[in-house]
Amino acid sequence: MSRSRADRLLVWILRGSATLASAIVVLIALFLILESLPILEKVGLARFFSDPSWHPAEGFYNLTPMLWGTLFAMAGSVILATPLGVLSAVFCHYYAPADLAKPYRRLIELLAGIPSVVYGLWGLMVLVPLIGRLHPPGPSLLAGILILAVMILPTIALSADAALANVPSEYRRGAAALGLSRWATIRHVIFPAARSGLFTGVILETGRAIGETMAILMVCGNQVQTPKSLFDPVRTLTANIALEMAYALGDHRSALFVSGLVLLAFIVLLAAAAELLSRGRIHV
Amino acid sequence: MSDRAAATIVWAVAISVTGVFLWLLADIVWHGFGQISWGFLTSLPRDAGRQGGLSSILVATALILLVCMAASLPLGVGTAVLLSEFSRESLFGRGVRRSLDVLAGVPSIVFGLFGNAFFSKVLGMGFSILSGGLTLACMVLPILIRATEEGLRSAPNEYRLGAAALGVSRTKTLLHLLIPAAIPGLMVGFVLGLGRAIAETAALLFTSGYVDRMPESLLDSGRALTLHIYDLSMNVPGGDRSAYGTALVLILLLFAINSAAWGIAGRWRDRRIVTE
Amino acid sequence: MNELRTEGLTLRYREKPAFADVSLSVRPGSLTAIVGPSGCGKTSFLNCLNRLTDLIPGATASGSIRLGDLEILKPDLDVVSLRRRVGMIFQKPNPFPLSIRKNLEFPLREHGVRGRAELDGILERTLREVGLWDEVKDRLGSSAMSLSGGQQQRLCFARALALQPEILLLDEPCSALDPLSSGVVEDLIVRLKQRYTLLAVTHNLAQARRIADVVAVFWVQEGAGRLIEVGPAAQVFEAPRDPLTAAYVNGMRG
Repeated sequence: MSRSRADRLLVWILRGSATLASAIVVLIALFLILESLPILEKVGLARFFSDPSWHPAEGFYNLTPMLWGTLFAMAGSVILATPLGVLSAVFCHYYAPADLAKPYRRLIELLAGIPSVVYGLWGLMVLVPLIGRLHPPGPSLLAGILILAVMILPTIALSADAALANVPSEYRRGAAALGLSRWATIRHVIFPAARSGLFTGVILETGRAIGETMAILMVCGNQVQTPKSLFDPVRTLTANIALEMAYALGDHRSALFVSGLVLLAFIVLLAAAAELLSRGRIHV
Repeated sequence: MSDRAAATIVWAVAISVTGVFLWLLADIVWHGFGQISWGFLTSLPRDAGRQGGLSSILVATALILLVCMAASLPLGVGTAVLLSEFSRESLFGRGVRRSLDVLAGVPSIVFGLFGNAFFSKVLGMGFSILSGGLTLACMVLPILIRATEEGLRSAPNEYRLGAAALGVSRTKTLLHLLIPAAIPGLMVGFVLGLGRAIAETAALLFTSGYVDRMPESLLDSGRALTLHIYDLSMNVPGGDRSAYGTALVLILLLFAINSAAWGIAGRWRDRRIVTE
Repeated sequence: MNELRTEGLTLRYREKPAFADVSLSVRPGSLTAIVGPSGCGKTSFLNCLNRLTDLIPGATASGSIRLGDLEILKPDLDVVSLRRRVGMIFQKPNPFPLSIRKNLEFPLREHGVRGRAELDGILERTLREVGLWDEVKDRLGSSAMSLSGGQQQRLCFARALALQPEILLLDEPCSALDPLSSGVVEDLIVRLKQRYTLLAVTHNLAQARRIADVVAVFWVQEGAGRLIEVGPAAQVFEAPRDPLTAAYVNGMRG
């Protein structure tokens, strides 16, 4: 085969594999929509937010209790994990002696790799009984928030770590030359400089929090109800799918795919927000 | 806030985070250690997993991972090569990158839904190792592509220009110069992808199934380590001890994989410094 | 040997011109030094001559480059055979991370030379030509990266010469080398002069004065690099016609 023909063949093969790879996300959206159509055609989208409850056996498909579950768990965990994660990164860059920073970073990376079932197991066996002693029953929104916070902390910590590393060292030296204290430098010089990287990290961790399934499933108690207190058991959208897909048929299964679409919509919104941020259109 | 107070808080954060991690690890090790034995690893689970061991689970996990990596490697490397060498700036390249970025953010349960609808139902694979492995391949693809692309980009541009000036075809340049330079990046990506796949549960719940028998073929249902932990802790009363044992095995496996990635990345950096 | 000439050659990087309207005739067997301050398109000019600009996204060349009867800018040109006839040496030595032997054999095999005897013969001939044979003949299997900077650059010469080009494009071949190696490479270039046509971009005016037959001076005017003067080396250095040339060669500007 002549040289340029071999090259052209190669490019076509490579284009083919890239097309296949990029088609996956399209297929996902497509199949989610296809599987959702039966129930959407039957009852329409509005019922998913206005029905009396979530009871597919009786034809009720209200997702809002689970939406609240997802939102509260996400908000609580992000509020908890963000300062802890950012300060962890600050610790690595500005407070830890060199031979402590490396192992600490390694620890965070290991935390990031622990499977969610293992977090869930620990949450179930240790955290839930602890909370239960404080305020029964134990499996609760609080347990979900706490375990989720531990899980998304590495995400924000590693993003913040990268963002801080990108801040030019001249800033720190300039601040030192002006006699600014360490914390003042971090707060007034470093954080503003690392702003966009930090916010990207927050968006990433939020996405992770929304998408988490197993650990939340194992510690939240899985009652379909809008939580009124931190100690109420809840069920998130993700947990709902995981629990009911096993035996859902027909309309029920279709309804679960609709909740999958809602999840995907959240993620796409987040991605769009991240995109706008990185292009500087949203100034924070 | 005073500098002293800030320092105290920062150190407190670092200590608490370390503390939580150690607490978790200690709990798993403490409860799981007694379970681990050669017998545990090589015998079949009995009594819904309360007794016996992990042999069928380990085999199923290994097969799922095999399918996953076998499917994602060629696709991933091909796409990475295209993005790095041929379509870095083009519209097509940007479109591919955009779709991969979105793919990387899709929650695992949604992958599970997709796998169930596409692989299990439409392609007729049912609850099988094949279906689970292919679903995981979709999840792992962005990780693999990112790392391989980085590896390729790290190959000095002088290689490309020098080879072109000598009239060497792009295919040969790729095979003899660029891919060898990218192998460490590829290996890091492979290992990271493997780590992600092994830790996954939600995507497997309704694609590879729940059966804890020893799988006989790729079309058999098989239970992965993560699902075993889930089932034992949530659905099987008295299954906690085995759940802990399985969790410890999983963590040890992950630790080994993580160390491998770290070791490869380290050697890659050293190697680059030597050849400069 | 064939004459190389450009007519009205202009190179744009996405609408911005790197250089414009360069018309240059290169006499076969001569060494033309291309000089001028940084940023006036000298390296870009060189890259046009072997169509290396094809690899730069957004780069478009217009005008004409002829090598004998061949129009180099024609769209369906066989660039592979062009690059056998027109070789290039880069500023920073860029041997492949392979053995010395493989560095030379790899491009040869690509161009159809397969026989062991033939390969070995070319290997020895070119390594002798660049003065490396005695230094490396006992370690042809060792990595090219283990050679010194000057040796690596001479290896790059050998690699290009193995393809028996007509024209050699040299992009500041000595600037990344220490003075001793630089001298050795310069001697090599002088030895190559009669048998090959050489075009060398250089910032080293003293070097140009020493070894060039013809000097072409580039300068940025009206937003693009232009050829402001070309002539025999003696004339350009002793009695330049353009005042900018005079200022440049006397070190006052650029």
